Amino acid sequence: MQMPDPNQAIIARKAHLVARLKQVLPEGAVIHSDNEVRAYECDALTAYKCPPLAAVLPATTAQVAAVLRICHEEAVPVVPRGSGTSLAGGALPTADAVILGVARLTEVIETDYDNRFIRVQTGRTNLSVTGAVEQDGFFYAPDPSSQLACAIAGNIAMNSGGAHCLKYGVTTNNLLGVTMVTMEGEIVEIGGAHMDSGGYDLLGLICGSEGQLGVVTEATLRIIAKPEGARPILLAFDANEVAGACVSDIIRAGLLPVAIEFMDRPCIAACERFAQAGYPDCEALLIVEVEGSDAEIDEQLAKIKAIAATHDPVEMRESKSEAESAAIWAGRKAAFGAMGQINDYMCLDGTIPVSELPFVLRRIRELSAEFGLDVANVFHAGDGNMHPLILFDANKPGDLNTCEALGAEILKLCVEVGGCLTGEHGVGIEKRDLMHVQFDAADLEMQVRVKDVFDPGWLLNPAKVFPLDATEARRAARDVPQRQTQDAAIA
Amino acid sequence: MNDVTDTVLTPDTEQQLAEMVRAAHAQRTRLAIRGGGTRPYGNPVRADAVLQTSGLSGITLYDPGALTLVARAGTPLAEVEAALAAEGQMLPFEPMDHQGILGTTGTPTIGGVVATNASGPRRLKVGACRDSLIGVRFVTGEGHVVKNGGRVMKNVTGYDLVKLMAGSHGTLGVLSEVSFKVLPKPQSVATLVWSGLDDGAAVALLAAAMRSPYDVSGAAHDPASGRTLVRIEGLEQSVSYRAQALSQDLSSRGAAQIIEDDSAAIWADIRDARPLCDGQGDIWRICVKPSDGPRVVAAAGGHPALYDWQGGLVWLRMPQGTVLRDRIAEYPGHATLMRGTDKRAFQPEPMPVARLSQGLRTQFDPRGILNSGKMI
Ligand SMILES: Cc1cc2nc3c(=O)[nH]c(=O)nc-3n(C[C@H](O)[C@H](O)[C@H](O)COP(=O)(O)OP(=O)(O)OC[C@H]3O[C@@H](n4cnc5c(N)ncnc54)[C@H](O)[C@@H]3O)c2cc1C
Ligand SMILES: Cc1cc2nc3c(=O)[nH]c(=O)nc-3n(C[C@H](O)[C@H](O)[C@H](O)COP(=O)(O)OP(=O)(O)OC[C@H]3O[C@@H](n4cnc5c(N)ncnc54)[C@H](O)[C@@H]3O)c2cc1C
Repeated sequence: MQMPDPNQAIIARKAHLVARLKQVLPEGAVIHSDNEVRAYECDALTAYKCPPLAAVLPATTAQVAAVLRICHEEAVPVVPRGSGTSLAGGALPTADAVILGVARLTEVIETDYDNRFIRVQTGRTNLSVTGAVEQDGFFYAPDPSSQLACAIAGNIAMNSGGAHCLKYGVTTNNLLGVTMVTMEGEIVEIGGAHMDSGGYDLLGLICGSEGQLGVVTEATLRIIAKPEGARPILLAFDANEVAGACVSDIIRAGLLPVAIEFMDRPCIAACERFAQAGYPDCEALLIVEVEGSDAEIDEQLAKIKAIAATHDPVEMRESKSEAESAAIWAGRKAAFGAMGQINDYMCLDGTIPVSELPFVLRRIRELSAEFGLDVANVFHAGDGNMHPLILFDANKPGDLNTCEALGAEILKLCVEVGGCLTGEHGVGIEKRDLMHVQFDAADLEMQVRVKDVFDPGWLLNPAKVFPLDATEARRAARDVPQRQTQDAAIA
Repeated sequence: MNDVTDTVLTPDTEQQLAEMVRAAHAQRTRLAIRGGGTRPYGNPVRADAVLQTSGLSGITLYDPGALTLVARAGTPLAEVEAALAAEGQMLPFEPMDHQGILGTTGTPTIGGVVATNASGPRRLKVGACRDSLIGVRFVTGEGHVVKNGGRVMKNVTGYDLVKLMAGSHGTLGVLSEVSFKVLPKPQSVATLVWSGLDDGAAVALLAAAMRSPYDVSGAAHDPASGRTLVRIEGLEQSVSYRAQALSQDLSSRGAAQIIEDDSAAIWADIRDARPLCDGQGDIWRICVKPSDGPRVVAAAGGHPALYDWQGGLVWLRMPQGTVLRDRIAEYPGHATLMRGTDKRAFQPEPMPVARLSQGLRTQFDPRGILNSGKMI
């Protein structure tokens, strides 16, 4: 993975920059010693590390604006950071960049149950947003598995999803407004407690822009009244194809479960060893969860059982209680941890059309044999978001390279069958160089031009998302600091 | 209202469309993009030629088991809805039909739905058109063919230009193809009706309904008929259970009549703002925080109004030429003139946002040849 060479002139000006940042931030909010900046050298994609020039932890939107104004004047790249749980290297710094962390922005600003929204500062963790409203019967729907740690800031930047997005949508469908600071230090209010934007949908553009368009400091989020209850059913099959066909039939029957999770044999086996979930011995299993009152849940589960029965299941295990529900979910929730116990692994995130599931699983098995690395599959089957886990040995020379090559082949396969490179983790640096597989030059050019509008100097998280050669000229131009007055250019 | 031109361009393929726009860009020919001609709101377009999308027609992919449909932009909306209905599915966001309030006739196209981000009552629960839109292909003002998103529900690969195109009224590109996430049609529907509530009490009741766990999919109030409406959809037993439970929970606010048989017509009227269509005057569509709805109507002078989205969508009919935005300025949101002659059909945006929007327009259509003057 290549990163641009750091600008030595910026590194040489470190002391000057740190002094300026200290003028606008409280005591202790500028981190610059070699030892301390190491805490910011990577995110959850730990294969790539680089300590930043400095890290700042502002506590207000005004301080964020002040920091950005300075960095803009000094032409210093800035990498925004939430909790650093990105699996795509989105928060990976370069040696000439300042990390701008929002970890100190954690307040709840407003809660409004009549209008069903909460306004928070974006350093707040995903789970603690629900935590702030659940005593009153509400929840915030997007639920990435990392929800205990990840921040709303990162969720917005990556447009994160979760197990329950089949019914409730992903972050962008639950975001009503943001306060954002541009790289030039200007504070912009977009959206709010009302539904729908007036002019262009800037909110939709900012969500998923991976920290490249602005630093988001506050967000208005949709909260939803909790359903009366939820219960899963476990369905076991003796072939991946059959499980895939069952998913499709459930959807076609007009049922809309909140979650349909899929695990294949290698994954089931690992979870069994790790969590002793008591899963049946089978090739593929589905966990299907539905919501409502007890009677409504029974009605839906009865229909799902009837559909599954036409596919000769090895076993159907319907939860009748909270304890049984927990037992069904135990293995699934432990899946990543279980894999981590037995191996190093790389987690992919491509999405495919659900109807291509059997073919894609078969191809993955063939590729796995060809590259000599095992692949376990655990994923959100209802929406086709796959998470193939490639198992490798980090201590074995060449294994990481083989793993990355296999990963690239699997992602290309996802695109070939009509899907995409990433369903919820984002491009970051990890999939940056594969973007041309999904997009041609004109597609990428229009995306790059969007960044030109928001960050004409290409200072904000500049080496991410797009293949480096597609942005090289723009990144090179920034080294001549100039305040581009866009208003004049437009008039 | 529009400059009239006789030149009509009708591309049959995306490639032809790109060639025509490229030529128009080279010659600085301004194009008025026309789908079905049923939603001519927004500022008057200055155009030298009409670009008609009707030749770009047909459903290109429909995978009911994956809940996805892809269609060329000029496909009649009715064709899309019929194909979905045959499989027991639907567009989730209930696109409105503008022909009632605008007095137009024509064949609404799926591209026109996307370009206007048209959404109806279910928007409250499942989001707007932009939330169901998962992919677009379009031709920029320079004639480049661009794709974004795709045919899968979860996709965060690169920037989300899909949402940007929704509601851009043909000013950032000409859509050639659009993809949607669709939903199963509910097996059963019940509508709860309360009568005689004033606007404030009605909107408070709707808020209480939305706070319940009963998964409400429509919340409207029609002051003219004095009816407050709540819709519940889903499996049959579940619908009647939830309707009963909700009516009981809200009984202190008044007794509800429960309509268990077909209430589609009631919701189509709300969706299309039928109660306001007749009669003279300007028609405004206002988006605010739901609880602000009644305050907005009072500030506007209490003119004939209709509330959807729990009060968050207010339709108003006002005497022609009323300067409405000044009266309701204290309520955050935006007001669009749907019918009338004000020079600014869309709410003017405050400065940093306006600059970013203008910047995008310049990047996507540098010579401003697409629907010139419509939005900004
Ligand atoms: C064990 C594990 C499980 C996971 N499960 C899921 C899952 O189920 N679903 C899912 O979608 N993801 C999942 N993830 C990925 C990750 O948690 C998400 O991408 C998350 O949203 C990142 O949030 P963060 O606060 O940690 O962001 P960071 O890692 O700090 O940053 C992520 C990106 O956001 C940008 N950013 C951060 N703050 C701001 C800001 N204030 N303004 C603008 N841009 C900003 C950064 O520059 C970077 O590009 C998982 C990760 C782990 C480690
Ligand atoms: C012979 C003739 C000449 C005309 N001359 C003019 C004229 O000179 N100037 C003028 O302003 N109007 C003119 N019109 C009317 C004009 O076509 C419409 O008022 C206007 O362009 C709106 O389109 P619509 O309502 O037909 O599209 P609808 O389908 O109702 O679409 C609504 C909105 O979406 C846009 N849109 C529709 N499809 C797409 C798509 N595929 N991609 C992107 N955007 C889309 C439309 O431009 C419109 O803004 C003329 C009409 C005719 C029949």
